[in-house]
Amino acid sequence: MGDGALSDWEKSSTARVVPSARPRKLAKVPFVELADGRLQGVVSSGSDIGRVYVSSIAAGSYAYACSTNNNRPCGGARGSFCNHIRALVSEAVLQYGTERVARYLKVDAEGTADAHVLTSAMTATGPGAGDASAAAQVFSRFLRHLAYLELPASTAPLPEMQWFPTAGAVAA
Amino acid sequence: MRTDLLVDVVDGLDEALAAVDGFDAALVGGLLRPQPGQAGGLTGLADAVAGTPLASRVAEAAEKTAAGAGDEGHFVALAAARTALLGSVHDALVARVEEATGRPATGDTDAVPAGAGAEQATNLLVAARSWLSDLARAGWQGIDHELVGGAAPVVSAMLPDPALRRLATLLDGFAAELAASCPGATLERVPVRRWADLWSRAVLLTVPGAVSARAADEATGRLLPLGVDLQEHATAVQAQVHAVFEPADGGAARLVRASVSAPKPDTVVGAGLWQLLRPHMSLLAAVSEGRSMELDAMPLTGEGDLIWDDARARAGEPADAFATARVALPAAAAFAVAPLDRHPARIAVPVLLEGYGVEEAEGDGGVVFDVAGCRMAVDTGRVPAAGPLTPEAVASSSACLGLLRWDAGAFLLQPLAVERTVRKKAVAVHAGAWAGGTADKAGVRAEKAATDAVKVLRERAGKLLRK
Repeated sequence: MGDGALSDWEKSSTARVVPSARPRKLAKVPFVELADGRLQGVVSSGSDIGRVYVSSIAAGSYAYACSTNNNRPCGGARGSFCNHIRALVSEAVLQYGTERVARYLKVDAEGTADAHVLTSAMTATGPGAGDASAAAQVFSRFLRHLAYLELPASTAPLPEMQWFPTAGAVAA
Repeated sequence: MRTDLLVDVVDGLDEALAAVDGFDAALVGGLLRPQPGQAGGLTGLADAVAGTPLASRVAEAAEKTAAGAGDEGHFVALAAARTALLGSVHDALVARVEEATGRPATGDTDAVPAGAGAEQATNLLVAARSWLSDLARAGWQGIDHELVGGAAPVVSAMLPDPALRRLATLLDGFAAELAASCPGATLERVPVRRWADLWSRAVLLTVPGAVSARAADEATGRLLPLGVDLQEHATAVQAQVHAVFEPADGGAARLVRASVSAPKPDTVVGAGLWQLLRPHMSLLAAVSEGRSMELDAMPLTGEGDLIWDDARARAGEPADAFATARVALPAAAAFAVAPLDRHPARIAVPVLLEGYGVEEAEGDGGVVFDVAGCRMAVDTGRVPAAGPLTPEAVASSSACLGLLRWDAGAFLLQPLAVERTVRKKAVAVHAGAWAGGTADKAGVRAEKAATDAVKVLRERAGKLLRK
């Protein structure tokens, strides 16, 4: 920032700051987010429909954690990323694009990297087990996310949405 | 349309925006311990409203805030001053648009009674204002996850209350952007005007009584849709249908809007947005089918917003949007704008452009129309993803029905529909064609994917939320 003239983007009331999520199938990984300095989300159990895993990778250190919503540690997440965490990375790449995920996690991946390259780059550093205590918080964020479906629609105008034009045709 | 008027200089515009920019720059660094440059921005804002009823309150607010002693009341005064300035910019731009379109002038705003709205949960408004004040003190360069996260409980508590939906939706979208931009210290660039807009607006909405969208009238007659404008952030979506209303009593035709909005999980996108909204407004289906609707005592606000109720509408005769634009639009008068909504970003005036040349914009490859020697940028980015209208269709069009908007110092056109000549016949393509559903192959695929996504989420919600 300086005293120089503002660019058009800086002068725009409707500048696009966060690209909208890209559509993806949600059955395997119903919830993914880049938040609290982590890639975190909720992964469906492959065997039990009533069970979900809460998985996360910390930005920078790649410290990982995976446990069920009832706080039982995931058997696969010993020594390295389990399949839940790998699925989390794949779906995050679908939702946000490789570049945004790599930038958030601070992975130095080449321009055209995919989820597999991204995961390999992280496991190659031999990351350690992370703090599992965040699972409850991630899970409650997932519930909050689901709760949006329960809120009623309205036909009263929301003038504030004028600041949030859809950015549909831009995303390819 | 006199497009030349839209590229002409508007007197006083630069001066007003300079005062706004000065204040906005102060918010970048934060108001905790303002530097001399920031203090100048605060004083500049106060000077700009020196001839208004706000003068003394804003002068005091600027002085205290510049000294690092600004409190919440001072921040409200500063937000009000900024809003008033942009209100004057809005008025000047709208006057220019009326001149250019030659349509009947907008009537005066009836004063909206302050404090006469529904009772709002005051403690939540206080909590929101407190968060916004912390934000202003930290500045955009001082935001971190902890500070930004403070909005979440306030938003969660507000969302279920219809009286607080506007502020909740705004704070939710704003906080998500801030969270994605944390930490502020490492931001390469800041959306300076945008965040100051969102902050000021949110601050004013925390003042009890600021919102009053009560229906003032009832509309009975024929509604002729022009097109659909779609707005979304990660957790909310709104579709607004712009239309011409012809009263059954033979009164003058009016420009109106009908809106439908819903909160949503961020993974509901594209066609999923239409699916969320469709069940709550039959007008979306009418738009897709190219029909008019007959309204019977539909509530209508003093700002031209229909408060839609399916029970008061039934499908009418087929109505082509371009025919409406050519025949009915020129005589349709707009409603006045509510005082709080007087902001350039709120300008969305339906217009029909024909007989233009098409050029490619320098640099970004966007579309520019050459209308009688005047260049008009076309914002194809505002066209919904789940729809048949593409930038290519816009670039090969011969007529464009759109919303005239203003952003970053210039007017631009948001396409709602275009006409192209295919085998010597005019074929219309509508941005909102899929709003009510579609038989288009790509559209059906998008609908199916969206249905599956929502089904998974509802199933999860059913299992986890009700335990």
